Amino acid sequence: MSATVRREVIIARTPIEVWGRISNPSDHPSWFVGMTSAVVDGDVRTITTGSGLPMPERIVTVDNILRRFQYAITSPFFKSHLSTIDVFDIGDDRSLVAYSVDCDPAAMALIIGGAAGGALKELKRQMESGDEVAERLTPLN
Amino acid sequence: MGRKILFVTTDQQRYDTIGCNGGAVARTPVIDALAAQGIRYERAVPQSVVCMPSRSTMLTGQYPTTHGVWMNGVPLPVDAPSVAAELQRNGYRTALIGKAHFQPFIDPFARFAENRIAGSGDETAQSRWRDGTVGPHRGFEHLEFATHGAAGSLHYAQWLQKNHPEAVAMFYPALDASFYVNSAGGGASGAPQVHDNPIPKEWYHTDWVADRTVAWLDSLAGDDDWFCWMSFPDPHHPWDPPASELGRVKPDDVPLPAGYPTNRRERERILDGKPRHWRKWYDGELVSNYEAPKQWVPATLTDDQVREVNARNAVECELIDEALGRVLASIAARGWSEDVDVIFTTDHGEFQGDFGLMFKGPYHVDALMRLPLVWRPAPSAGVAPAVVTKPVGLVDLAPTFSQIAGLAPTEWMQGKSLPSDDADADACGHDKALTEWDSELFGVGVYLRTLTRDNWVCTAYKAGYVHDGTEGELYNLSEDPLQQRNLWDDPVAAGMRSDLVADLWDSQPVALAPRLDCEAPV
Repeated sequence: MSATVRREVIIARTPIEVWGRISNPSDHPSWFVGMTSAVVDGDVRTITTGSGLPMPERIVTVDNILRRFQYAITSPFFKSHLSTIDVFDIGDDRSLVAYSVDCDPAAMALIIGGAAGGALKELKRQMESGDEVAERLTPLN
Repeated sequence: MGRKILFVTTDQQRYDTIGCNGGAVARTPVIDALAAQGIRYERAVPQSVVCMPSRSTMLTGQYPTTHGVWMNGVPLPVDAPSVAAELQRNGYRTALIGKAHFQPFIDPFARFAENRIAGSGDETAQSRWRDGTVGPHRGFEHLEFATHGAAGSLHYAQWLQKNHPEAVAMFYPALDASFYVNSAGGGASGAPQVHDNPIPKEWYHTDWVADRTVAWLDSLAGDDDWFCWMSFPDPHHPWDPPASELGRVKPDDVPLPAGYPTNRRERERILDGKPRHWRKWYDGELVSNYEAPKQWVPATLTDDQVREVNARNAVECELIDEALGRVLASIAARGWSEDVDVIFTTDHGEFQGDFGLMFKGPYHVDALMRLPLVWRPAPSAGVAPAVVTKPVGLVDLAPTFSQIAGLAPTEWMQGKSLPSDDADADACGHDKALTEWDSELFGVGVYLRTLTRDNWVCTAYKAGYVHDGTEGELYNLSEDPLQQRNLWDDPVAAGMRSDLVADLWDSQPVALAPRLDCEAPV
């Protein structure tokens, strides 16, 4: 069974600025809480999670006009997966960022979607505060 | 030197599983003795019938709507109010040993503090408190976490992996290959979540929690005041206690529960008198919450499966009782017995066959809502033994701990200190209890609000996936203790329904805004 989860956030920064952070897949560990590294080789990205789990992905879309980033997790845990990050211009130098997760098994959508929500909150915090150092996770958070 | 507090919780334990509450399957002499010496509550009600919201209520003294953990998978903010922090701030030594579950367990990104603390092997950590100061994590100086098996990176799992690696695979796998709650059956009856676990009793998490509690208590000075939350993961499923102990309770000797209608037609008639999601779950047409195994259809439940689940549950309850006895013996050996308050309870109940169902979900009936609760005040306090029949809630625990410590309840606590008897309950306004359920799982939303008052239980449903907002449940506990006759639409009960519903909505607690996100399945 597949499932879909979506998280979104409004960031008081221009779409160009926000897309600048999202369009660079090797930079995602700087704002995706729980992603400790991301190695990009062509259209293959391998991330490592905070628990030390390597997760291979295929980069599907980096569309600078649509401002859409899509990737598919290719780990055998997943029968199918596609995550989509869209950046929308909502005026007044603000952006709506939507992070959608479609995957099978369904339960994994909750896990990836939950992490996506945390990532968007951290991206907003960094971009609106000007503090681009990721929040420390341990020992104090 | 003040009173010390041993707060003992179990997970998913029914009211009727201990002897002092009339339970006849498990032998629980230690808890029964505490009840005889102290106060036994006959209508203790959780504010949520799943783990994370309920445990967050114990810690914060707030309703789920207010602390914000509205369903499993919603993490309690690290800087949420904490009664442990209040106690620690006032000189108490503090520990939480066993199952915490204030944050999700399924956490491959290691995003949640409690998983990271355990994963790093630490038993202490600093966190930011509600008032912005920094102190021990949630107020607990010492942390050792466990859950229902050996998977993951909690302290118990690490201990087992390090010391007895051969035992790791002995437990029932709580999740299946699709990361859903496992429906695979075992034992003689094939009941879901039943499993023969060859692990030696000494390695099982019940004994581990008691062992670690004793070790922590032994580390304290004799004149320390302390608050220890000893939190057993059992008797929550999987029902996989050490196989060596199964002979304690034989399934063939277990009577079928009074709440289990053995006649299928009668069972289904009762379910049809309740809001639609009851029967839909029973028939396997709708699983509205993650906590119930998705692939299991309750209509397939057999008498033998009910007996076997109840037998294994009873074994787990006996092991908990014995483990508690060991801890109390250790306390006695330190010379502390006269000054130790013991509070025993659980986070919510379990169907165990009632209505032909097992596990839990959005179903506000006694199986899930009537909890064992025993408070044995420190003998030095001179509190007379009593039985309290008035409704109390887990939200009342935090102010009770404060009272024991000689502290005034804080402004963020929403409950009242537990009454010492019914007269005290009347004097303090313990006349009702509130319970809530919100869940959203892949487009299926279910929302319940419940009031327990005057020996009635009244549940109103908000509009959701299968409800239009007009449905409800109304039970007269005096005449229908098994809640088999829903009076919601009975004209004879219309006046009572109207009164209870008005009180229910008038009593709703303030809601945290914005609503917290659900970040994991559980």
